[in-house]
Amino acid sequence: MQPFTYERAATPAAAVAAFAAHPGAHYIAGGTNLLDLMKLQIETPAHLVDVSRLPLLEVEDTADGGLRIGALVHNTALASHPAIRARYPVLAEAILAGASGQLRNKATTGGNVMQRTRCNYFYDLARPCNKRQPGAGCAAIGGHTRIHAILGASEHCIATHPSDMAVALQALHAVLHVQGADGERDIPLDALYRLPGDTPHLEYTLAAGELITGVTLPPAPAGRMRYRKVRDRASYAFALVSVAAVLDVQDGRVASVRIALGGVAHKPWRAHAAEAALLGQPATEATFLAAADAELAPARGWGGNDFKIPLARRVIARTLHELAGEA
Amino acid sequence: MPDALPPHPDRHAPVMLPMTLTVNGTDHTLTLDARTTLLDALREHLHLTGSKKGCDHGQCGACTVLVNGQRVNACLALAVMHQGDHVTTIEGLLGPDGGQHPIQAAFIAHDAFQCGYCTPGQIMSVAGMLAELQAGVPSHAASDVAAAPAPTDAEIRERMSGNLCRCGAYTHIVDAVRALSGGADAQASASAMGTAIATGTQVGRTAAAMAGAVAGAR
Repeated sequence: MQPFTYERAATPAAAVAAFAAHPGAHYIAGGTNLLDLMKLQIETPAHLVDVSRLPLLEVEDTADGGLRIGALVHNTALASHPAIRARYPVLAEAILAGASGQLRNKATTGGNVMQRTRCNYFYDLARPCNKRQPGAGCAAIGGHTRIHAILGASEHCIATHPSDMAVALQALHAVLHVQGADGERDIPLDALYRLPGDTPHLEYTLAAGELITGVTLPPAPAGRMRYRKVRDRASYAFALVSVAAVLDVQDGRVASVRIALGGVAHKPWRAHAAEAALLGQPATEATFLAAADAELAPARGWGGNDFKIPLARRVIARTLHELAGEA
Repeated sequence: MPDALPPHPDRHAPVMLPMTLTVNGTDHTLTLDARTTLLDALREHLHLTGSKKGCDHGQCGACTVLVNGQRVNACLALAVMHQGDHVTTIEGLLGPDGGQHPIQAAFIAHDAFQCGYCTPGQIMSVAGMLAELQAGVPSHAASDVAAAPAPTDAEIRERMSGNLCRCGAYTHIVDAVRALSGGADAQASASAMGTAIATGTQVGRTAAAMAGAVAGAR
């Protein structure tokens, strides 16, 4: 690790001020991703603002029947929360599908959505990476691409976002609360993420020093919900493909549907095309496969990850089929 | 993005910080480089070498300790961030009579290790995991996350997946945990579980009492 100065912030406002006062500052909460990257000197903050003790630990009902989650609620606590397990089980399932018990005890809600990619070439300092060093090139393209993106990638970066939790949050249309030097604002989670384009080093739309203080889930959508993850090991591995889906079937037709995909793109991917193809259609296997095809029409493989396209197709259809069968 | 960082004065000078760490019920005042992980503070500065450094990247679990009764990877924690917390290492995991802990006894009884390098981390992880089971924390192995968890073998394997054993003693580790958590041969399961949980809080309470006494004396 490179040396850094350190301070613990007492309030979100103090944290934002501390960040602004120190060039090269970085917030740290659970630290499970950041410290790993600091050890490899992929991240080299000059100053750490410890936000882990800020009073952002509440999970509270909102007036409209949703749920507001403090940014520092640990993954284990969130997955165990009765309101999440009863009303938003897809979120509990997604959290529990990620990482290990030890990591989930430390990782926070805010940090989880801000994870950086686990692309092997991003981690390998001996290889070029446009994310680490803009303009250097992408060693993943032409390399081992088993874990890489099939949607929304570019010739500059084919990395994927690693979070499971954020995939479920996307399906639940979560809204982030952030605080910065210019005050507080709310942004839909989907608007947090950028596609790589020709600036893959820019991953998030937060302004420098903006701090995530919480996440709000709108009232639980109608229907049944599920997170399904396919990976190379039974446990403790990142997704090759994952699906968070919420499906409401009325009189044999799709009344409402939400689908988000993990392991396939630079961001947790909202499957708008699949959703549009399903709405009002009969809840049948043929419709589910056609919806998956609509979503995957622009998909592109890079050799080692070509299998992800048919895999995603089948995982989407299978998940919807299961949800429809239980309705 | 390192390239985007503005230049910083004395970027390469170590930053030394005074800190107090509460480990196994004892307060330790140290001055450490800000970069020191909790694991390195325990091993290199407090000479508590039971916690092992395997991968140093949160992938193997050999460094697992309890922080306020919850299992975490000590390698992915900065020591300075854990001031005021109650850290329990394998050295502080004691049975009801101050001797061998029931988890240690179960590992011995079931031959749940070979070389032993991962064992302190495995045992601390079991301690945290049994507390999680008792608290009703669900797992990926459950078919219904809203239901109360049951300690099936599939649950045990899933919940212990953050601890690698390169000797491959997994089968016997599952046997040991099953015995502790209410599976087939669960003679002492209830008391073992109670002890595992009590250890974290008991150490915590002791430390809190000590901290209170110190504060009172000032």
